[in-house]
Amino acid sequence: MEVKRPLPQVPPPVWGEFKDLQEWEKYHQTRPLDDKTSNALASIADAIHHMPGGWIVTTSTDKIFNWARKSSIWPVTFGLACCAIEMMATFASRFDVERFGMVPWASPRHSDLMIVSGTVTIKMAPMLKRIYDQMPDPKWVVSMGSCANSGGPFRHGYHVVKGVDRVVPVDVYVPGCPPTPDSLMYGLLKLQTQVEEFQKTGKRAAPSDPGGA
Amino acid sequence: MTAADARARIQERFGVEAVADGGLTVTLPRERWQEFAGFARGDLGCRYFNWLSAVDWKEQGLEVLCRVENLDTPLVVTMRTKLPAGETRCPSLTSLYRGADWMERECYDMFGVVFDGHPDLRRILTSDDWEGYPLRKDYAVDTPYEPYR
Repeated sequence: MEVKRPLPQVPPPVWGEFKDLQEWEKYHQTRPLDDKTSNALASIADAIHHMPGGWIVTTSTDKIFNWARKSSIWPVTFGLACCAIEMMATFASRFDVERFGMVPWASPRHSDLMIVSGTVTIKMAPMLKRIYDQMPDPKWVVSMGSCANSGGPFRHGYHVVKGVDRVVPVDVYVPGCPPTPDSLMYGLLKLQTQVEEFQKTGKRAAPSDPGGA
Repeated sequence: MTAADARARIQERFGVEAVADGGLTVTLPRERWQEFAGFARGDLGCRYFNWLSAVDWKEQGLEVLCRVENLDTPLVVTMRTKLPAGETRCPSLTSLYRGADWMERECYDMFGVVFDGHPDLRRILTSDDWEGYPLRKDYAVDTPYEPYR
């Protein structure tokens, strides 16, 4: 019988070494100085804001933009465990979150929201972080189910991250094991309120704040 | 071949009593591990490799268990061998059963049993930079794994 030759040792990937990603981030974090269009737009908005009565225009356009932002949250399709089944049910016709403008999208580059649906293992955590890093700002995270909230029944296991908030910042925690589509939908509606708030104040609501959201 | 036949042949060749508990359970010294697997595959016709695992008996050392089956007769043979305390080396069955490859890798991953002669003994479930062997009794529950816990 033929004996299999040992495979070459593959070193574990180091995320910082992805040169294209770094360059991409850099490009998107600093606006080029000769970007005439956005400079012109910014100065026009500034001029309007400082004209007498101009703030009425800017704040009411803000309102429209906020409404647009919160009504078009695209979650990245990212199912980790059994909670993903309930997430799929939420996206499907019976519960239909598309009426809130949510389209499950298969690319993190176009998404605003990550629903962490399921157990996050220590081996999966770097990939989760990477997908989160690939999403453009502003971005939100919903932690769905006991496992993503705190580790759940696997909290004392050897391989489970004790809550996804150790990996990425979380905006809404949805309890349940797994949460019903109704609970997830409730969480998503809470998130919409948070998004609106974030666009107005630039601050994320504290996760434990009972008055917020 | 019936279970009674197989029992007699094991007694004849290896001089050990096979315990009939549904199938046949044979306790072997480590040196005859590979030899018995070859005997089970060739003479008893157990060509189906069901599973391989280990038990941590704390200070008494590790015990490796393996189950092979003859699906035609049918005949089930469970082989077990106790490694001496503090020992982690065990002969590999990969040259006899292809299915033993990943099972032995998992056993190595979880219990730290080093299988001599395995072609590709790496961790299979946990990440490559994992420290310790999670299913050993002395593996603490809250063993830190930076940066996530």
